Amino acid sequence: MILKPRLEDLKIIGFYLGKIILGLAMTMSIPILTGLFFREFNPVLDFLIGIEISVLLGLLLIKLCHTEKDLNWMQGMIVVSLSWIVAMFVGAIPLYLSGHWKSFLDACFDSMSGFATTGLALVQDLDHMSYTHNLWRHLIMFLGGQGIVVIALSFFVRGFSGAFKMYVGEAREEKILPNVVHSSRFIWLVSCVYLVLGTVALGITGIFGGMHPFNSFFHGACIFMTAFDTGGFSPQSQSILYYHSAAYETITVIIMVLGALNFKMHYHLWMGNRKEIFKDIETSTFFVTVLATFSIIIVGLTQIGTYPSIWVLFRKGFFQLISGHTGTGFQTLYPAQFLADWNHLAIVGLIMAMGLGGAVCSTTGAIKMLRIGIIFKAFKEDLKKIIMPEKALVIEKFHHVKEIFVEDKLVRSALIITIAYIILYVLGALVGMFYGYPFLSAFFESTSAAANVGLSCGITDAAMPAALKVTYMIQMWIGRLEFMSVFTILGFLIAIVKGK
Amino acid sequence: MSNNRKLILITLFTALTLFPAAPAFSQALSSGELIKEASKYDGKTVTYAGEVIGDIMRRGESAWVNISDGNNALGVWMSAREAKEIEFAGNYKNQGDSLEVTGVFHRACLEHGGDMDIHAKKLRKLATGKEIKRALDAGKKKLGIVLFGVLFLIWILTLFKHR
Repeated sequence: MILKPRLEDLKIIGFYLGKIILGLAMTMSIPILTGLFFREFNPVLDFLIGIEISVLLGLLLIKLCHTEKDLNWMQGMIVVSLSWIVAMFVGAIPLYLSGHWKSFLDACFDSMSGFATTGLALVQDLDHMSYTHNLWRHLIMFLGGQGIVVIALSFFVRGFSGAFKMYVGEAREEKILPNVVHSSRFIWLVSCVYLVLGTVALGITGIFGGMHPFNSFFHGACIFMTAFDTGGFSPQSQSILYYHSAAYETITVIIMVLGALNFKMHYHLWMGNRKEIFKDIETSTFFVTVLATFSIIIVGLTQIGTYPSIWVLFRKGFFQLISGHTGTGFQTLYPAQFLADWNHLAIVGLIMAMGLGGAVCSTTGAIKMLRIGIIFKAFKEDLKKIIMPEKALVIEKFHHVKEIFVEDKLVRSALIITIAYIILYVLGALVGMFYGYPFLSAFFESTSAAANVGLSCGITDAAMPAALKVTYMIQMWIGRLEFMSVFTILGFLIAIVKGK
Repeated sequence: MSNNRKLILITLFTALTLFPAAPAFSQALSSGELIKEASKYDGKTVTYAGEVIGDIMRRGESAWVNISDGNNALGVWMSAREAKEIEFAGNYKNQGDSLEVTGVFHRACLEHGGDMDIHAKKLRKLATGKEIKRALDAGKKKLGIVLFGVLFLIWILTLFKHR
């Protein structure tokens, strides 16, 4: 028998949702200060309106749903799912008011793309956007990458037992430190230290590349935020192609790879335990999959002969590959070039890389390296069982923080999520094909949305059908939260309708 | 001048007029045409026009200037001396100079790491950019004040409730 949710459940969900909205409203003060500094008063007004609406909504929920009770698992998961939808609406308000989006739906698309660290965009005339709005676009990626709930856990929630339930709901089942609040703060510490280092590195490279020093550091901060959080928004419409610089591309590749690492790996590296990086199953799987997918791309690009030298082929191919594999979405090609200048083999190689993703407990989306590694180990174990004598005891294990045995339960869980992602990629492609796009481009764009990558072959455009926009938005949301929280909310809705 | 020399000169003139060494596309092409049909225009002299956007990035004796035709921005490699003539580059506060570039288009430039670009041979300024004056939006100001009033009211009500 399905139990109908009680009013108390709704109140608890509403109360914590209200707190998260207030937290998001506070983050809007950063673009306001930026706007005042640059004397961009209309954009400042956009954010003041955004803050006011968010605070009103947050206060309303907190007052109406006031409770002293803690969250249970189901409520925690629902708060997480809903907080990402609410964040999308709240984040879209100042974007829409800027006039750079054709409709509120388009602003919501970019807002969801930002929070989910995807990078697909429907923005118009980006090259004339204010510093204020541009900073917000990149900041929402930074916040989304850390996890909206991580923000709340770090600054606004003081050690309650429901914290872990929300932390897990944001697709971070691994605690770095014993306490989730401490884990959240560690994530922030790592990100902020790298933010300073990355901004300085990119800023100096920009200056050497001829950029205005101030603009160079602004771009450096923006690009760092979206590279480390594997998002992919950029301050100019040409993405990384704008800089025409091999050094700039190299630094962004390093930042993207750092962003694709497990935060737990960062913790080990910070503690001086460098051996961990060579032992961990995620890094070795990442190395193998990069090598495999890059080989496919190289063969494809060599066949078609678009690039005049091996160096050019490597630079273009490797950058798009790392951008796709880490789920970032920076491009040094125009979207239409994928279909015009790459052959099907190279595109398929890139789609495979996009679908795989980076490490768990990182800011990347997609299936992720740990699951791929576990599935590979399970295959190896089964193969050994066939080859070895019947009485032989075959045991496979892998290293991920500690030595772990490959158990059926672990393999099952990895396979379920992997299959769920593949279904999500295919469903989006079917919707794209329904609207008349060819299979390969529809599959490319769908994988990019669901795996939170952001590379585009040209489908994502303000003129595309509204239903396709909504499809990609749902894919980004589900992909970012890795299904569990979304399944919980679906179950909750069914319980409201059918429960007794 | 002998008849033979005359004939050779006429033949040469006709041949050069009808079949130039590298075909040039005198009519300005859009960024969309150049990107989608890059192989057709690769290595050819093309004309492209648009607004200068972002930074003028000087690299030694040359400079990168990104020019947008409203749909995409393309990188144009020109001499630093010519780039110096640009008065406004487009951003939030400025409308950039409008330029017409005639130069060699590269689908994947060997000199520049495979970037799609145009190496400028000739530049023509179509219009000088300008500063964009933006008045404070009255509608947004009103909305901001009304919402602030509502929030203030809620705060007052909360104070009374606590007493």
